[in-house]
Amino acid sequence: MSILIEESKCTGCGACTQVCPGSLLKLQDAKAKIAKPERCWGCCSCLKECPVQAIALYLGEDMGGRGGRMHVQKEGHLLHWIAALPGGATKIITVDSRDSNKY
Amino acid sequence: MNIQYLSTDFLILGGGAAGCWAALEFCKRSQGKALLLEKANIRRSGCLAAGVNALNAYIGPGHTPQDYADYAKNDAEGAVDEALLLSMAERLNGTVQKLESLGLTILKNPDGSYATRGWRNVKINGENIKPLLAGAVAQEPRITVLNQANAFDYIVQGDRVTGAFAIAVQSPVLYVVTAKAVLCATGGAAGLYQPNHPGFSRHKLWYPPFNTGAGYAMGVRAGAKMTGFAQRFVALRCKDTIAPTGTLAQGVGAKQINALGEVYEQKYGTATMQRVRGTVRENAENRGPCYLRTAGIPQEQDDELAKAYLNMAPGQTLRWLETAPPSVQNVEIDGTEPYITGGHTASGYAVAVDRATSLKGLFAAGDAAGGCPQKYVTGALAEAEIAAHAALQYMQDDPPQAPDATPVLQTLNAYFFYDTDTVDALEEEMQGVMDAYAGGISRQYTYTKEGLAVAESKIAAIAQKSKSCAAKDMQDLVYILELQERLVVCQAVIAALKEVCA
Repeated sequence: MSILIEESKCTGCGACTQVCPGSLLKLQDAKAKIAKPERCWGCCSCLKECPVQAIALYLGEDMGGRGGRMHVQKEGHLLHWIAALPGGATKIITVDSRDSNKY
Repeated sequence: MNIQYLSTDFLILGGGAAGCWAALEFCKRSQGKALLLEKANIRRSGCLAAGVNALNAYIGPGHTPQDYADYAKNDAEGAVDEALLLSMAERLNGTVQKLESLGLTILKNPDGSYATRGWRNVKINGENIKPLLAGAVAQEPRITVLNQANAFDYIVQGDRVTGAFAIAVQSPVLYVVTAKAVLCATGGAAGLYQPNHPGFSRHKLWYPPFNTGAGYAMGVRAGAKMTGFAQRFVALRCKDTIAPTGTLAQGVGAKQINALGEVYEQKYGTATMQRVRGTVRENAENRGPCYLRTAGIPQEQDDELAKAYLNMAPGQTLRWLETAPPSVQNVEIDGTEPYITGGHTASGYAVAVDRATSLKGLFAAGDAAGGCPQKYVTGALAEAEIAAHAALQYMQDDPPQAPDATPVLQTLNAYFFYDTDTVDALEEEMQGVMDAYAGGISRQYTYTKEGLAVAESKIAAIAQKSKSCAAKDMQDLVYILELQERLVVCQAVIAALKEVCA
C-alpha cells in the first residue's frame, strides 16, 4: 500500500509534508516527493491534507492491488473519497464527520 | 550538528494520543510548562493517524470498573496487574465525555446516552480524532510542541531521569532537553518480525511502522525495570490490507469460518488471542483459508462498512471497490506478525499505580506502559491523566543542570563518515531472524529454547553491524537509531521468551 503524487497537479504547498506520520514526504524543486514509497503505512493523512487532490492511495501489487486509485476531496465536514477503478469506473463515497460509524 | 539546550517543567516524549492528553491534563492542574517532543507532527502522528471508529474501552450501563478489570484479566489469561487495570478503568468513561466535548462524534441513543456495541464499545466517527487532540494542544499556550524531533536517549543524573536527548529529523540539530519530570509516551514496537508482505508493502502493518519501540529501548538502556515482553501481540486482520476485523465480527456479527464453511470460533473461544490461535490451527490442520462470513449480509450494510473502513483503514474499502463488496464475498482473515505493545498486552515499563517507572522522575503511559492491557484509546488517555498527576506531585523546585553533550554528539557525527551496512538490509535480516527463530508468522508463532539461542546470537551480530551504518542526512540518522531501538527490543523479547522456555 502506498501513494502516488501527480506532479502536474501538485502546487508545492507542503501541507502533506507537514502531516505524514512517517515524515516520508519532502518538497523537492517545489513539488512533494515520496523518496521511499515502500515505507508508507497507507494511513491517507496526506490525501486528506492535499487541497488539489494530487495524492492517491493504491494497493501494491504484492498485496493483490488491481490498479485502483483513491483521492480525497474535503468540503467542510464532508470527505469525498473518489476512487478511479481498474475498469475505468469512478466511485465516490462521501463521509460526514458528524455521522458516526453504525457498527 | 549544532546543540540546542532546552528546559521545561514536564517533558513528554511522543505526541500520540497519550502524549497530547498528558500535556493537556498537566496544564489543567498546574501553572507549569510542558514540552512535547514528536518525531513526526502531532496532527496525525501515532496509532490514530488513519482514524478509529469505536472507542473500545468504555463501561456501559450496569457494569463497573471492576468488571472491566476482570474482563481484561480473563482475556489476558491472568498475566496483568489488577491494580493498574482498575485505576485505568475508573477513568475510562470520563475520557469519553472529554473527547466528546472536544468535538468527537459519538453515536447516541434516542435518550441521549451513548450507543454501545456490547458493553465495552462506543461507536464514533474517529477519522478526525487526532486533529481534534492536536487542536486542543494548540489552544494551550503553556504547551510547546517540537515536531520532527526524535528522542533517542534519556539524560540520567545520579538515580534520576532529568531529560532526554533528541535529534531534529530535517536539520542538523541535537536537542538537549532538561525537565523536572519526564513522561514516556512513545508507543510500542512494530517492525521487529518479518511482516505479512515483506516486499514493497512491508509497511502495511496493523501497528504503525513508525513506532519503533524507542521508549522501550531507552528504558532498557537506562536500566528501567520492564515487564511482559514475552506477551507478543498478534492481531487477527483482514488478509493483505491488515485492516481491523472487529467492525465485521462485532458490528455485523460475521462469524469466523474455515474453508469448509464451518464456524470454528466456538471451538477455540472468542478471547482476543483465541481468535488468532484458532485461525492458525485451522490453517495448520489444512482447513484454511479462513474467513469472516459476510456473504449474504444486506447490501445497505456494504455502504456503511465502506464508510466505516474509510474512517480507520481506507485500503480495505479500496480492496472491496477493486474486487467485490463484503455482501458478495467473505473477507479472508489472517494473523499478523507479532508486535510488542502495552495497549493490548501487558508489555512495557513496569509501573506503579501512579505510572511511575522504576527510574526516579520517569513516568510512562499508553502503549509504552506495561502491566495493563486492553487500554485502547481511552485507556491510554486515562493513564496519561494518572501519569500527569503523579509527575506534578514529583516535581521539585530545582531545575536540573544540562549535561555535557559532547560525547553524544561525537557518537552521532561518526555515522556520517561510515560507508558500510545499510539500514534496510540489516532491518530485513533482523526481521528474518526473529521470524525464523523467535516465533514469527512462518513458524506459526512457535519457538524453542534452541531457536531462541540462535536468535540471540544473530541479533547480537546485527546490533554490532548497526553501529557502523552510514548516514548521509539527518533522516538516515533517525533510521539508524530506529533500527538500533528495534534491535534492543528484539533482545528484550528473546530474553523474555527464553524465560518462558526455562
